[in-house]
Amino acid sequence: MTEDKFKHEEDLFCSGHRACPGCGAALTSKLVTEATGPQTILSMPTGCMEVTTTPYPESAWGISWIHNIFENSAAVAGGIETAYRSFDKRNKEGYMNHEDVNFVVLAGDGATFDIGIRSLSGMMERGHDVLYICYDNEAYMNTGIQRSSSTPIGAATTTSPAGKESFGEDVHKKDMPSIAAAHGLEYVATASVAYPEDFKKKVEKALEIEGPKYIQIFAPCPRGWRHESKNSIEIARLVVETGLYPIFEMENGKITNVKKLKDRKPVEEYLKVQGRFKHLFEKEGGEEVLEELQKIADSNAEKIGIDKE
Amino acid sequence: MTEDPYEDLKISKGAVVKPRTTLVNKTGSWRSEKPIIDHEKCIACGNCEKFCPDMAVKETEEGKFEIDLEYCKGCGICAEECPVKAIIMEEEEK
Ligand SMILES: Cc1ncc(C[n+]2csc(CCOP(=O)(O)OP(=O)(O)O)c2C)c(N)n1
Ligand code: SF4
Ligand code: SF4
Ligand SMILES: [Mg+2]
Repeated sequence: MTEDKFKHEEDLFCSGHRACPGCGAALTSKLVTEATGPQTILSMPTGCMEVTTTPYPESAWGISWIHNIFENSAAVAGGIETAYRSFDKRNKEGYMNHEDVNFVVLAGDGATFDIGIRSLSGMMERGHDVLYICYDNEAYMNTGIQRSSSTPIGAATTTSPAGKESFGEDVHKKDMPSIAAAHGLEYVATASVAYPEDFKKKVEKALEIEGPKYIQIFAPCPRGWRHESKNSIEIARLVVETGLYPIFEMENGKITNVKKLKDRKPVEEYLKVQGRFKHLFEKEGGEEVLEELQKIADSNAEKIGIDKE
Repeated sequence: MTEDPYEDLKISKGAVVKPRTTLVNKTGSWRSEKPIIDHEKCIACGNCEKFCPDMAVKETEEGKFEIDLEYCKGCGICAEECPVKAIIMEEEEK
């Protein structure tokens, strides 16, 4: 029995969803709705968030929400936005002015970096007034932890397993924010669930801008990354504090704001709390991959300017 | 006059469901550990509410943060993120 003191009726993202305990993507979903408010149409492809928030005939969402296939959430959002513009032109009754509606996509990394990249590119190129948010848990989680082009070097997944010869993923993580920026976007940003206020501010800022926007948020997956559910936020903080996932804003292709660090932590601090990197500490040859990961953090620091003097 | 082809356009509906209906699903039954807030220690910073992925921490009318055990999955994030360690995780009885 729900006690009256707990009010859930006003939530735009509701309890009772089936995401795993400690899921960073579920926390992202909550933060997205807090930042966008109710006048929002959210388009979501297949993935953990779609599956766990809308088991038929239930829905965790308190905003308008539409599920589409894996490939086309950006095209669907662009289509909805175009329809609203057309309703405005024809003074169609019963629809809000398109300027008062937030058109948003929330999609996983598999849907964004790989399978939906073509429709995302098209949406950005055509200049739709859509905010595309990718929750990045660095693999295809919903189908059982397969690697995506977002999976970082050294991470074990079911399709990049660590074994006798292998140290997990051996291809670099795709630089999706730069790909978005190369489309001429006015606003691109990265975030982490460890800094909710920062993320919400970025969403609010993006929504003020007319045209396509891209935000990518680091969202731990305790199931896929093999860590304790209570550590999700700590891990999302460490990835930033080590320089492995810099959080920044990029306006018109130039970095305009970076979260600076005083004493950048060694990458091991972030890696050792996750089972997906366990082999790097246990297997001979793992040091080389650790060194490579440290180099990535160092090069991020230099490129993006993370270190405080 | 040309006919407006959009006038009576019917968009076929897929499955349409009602908002906020996962509230029927009481995920509290998943829990193996439950968070307990010590209100003497709590400084009401709201971190527990901010980071809960399950919307299970709510501020009550008296301005106290409390946990709705009907939905709390026991992930332990609130206890971990409390700056004054006012939340402990206690094993659930079988
Ligand atoms: C075209 C197509 N290929 C494969 C699938 C199977 N599938 C469903 S969800 C999913 C994983 C989604 O990964 P991601 O986008 O990263 O979201 P996550 O589950 O990690 O949250 C896959 C492969 C599908 N639904 N459609
Ligand atoms: S598998 Fe990972 S992303 Fe999917 S619901 Fe569980 S914790 Fe969240
Ligand atoms: S244990 Fe997890 S689900 Fe339960 S109240 Fe704390 S953060 Fe929320
Ligand atoms: Mg994913």
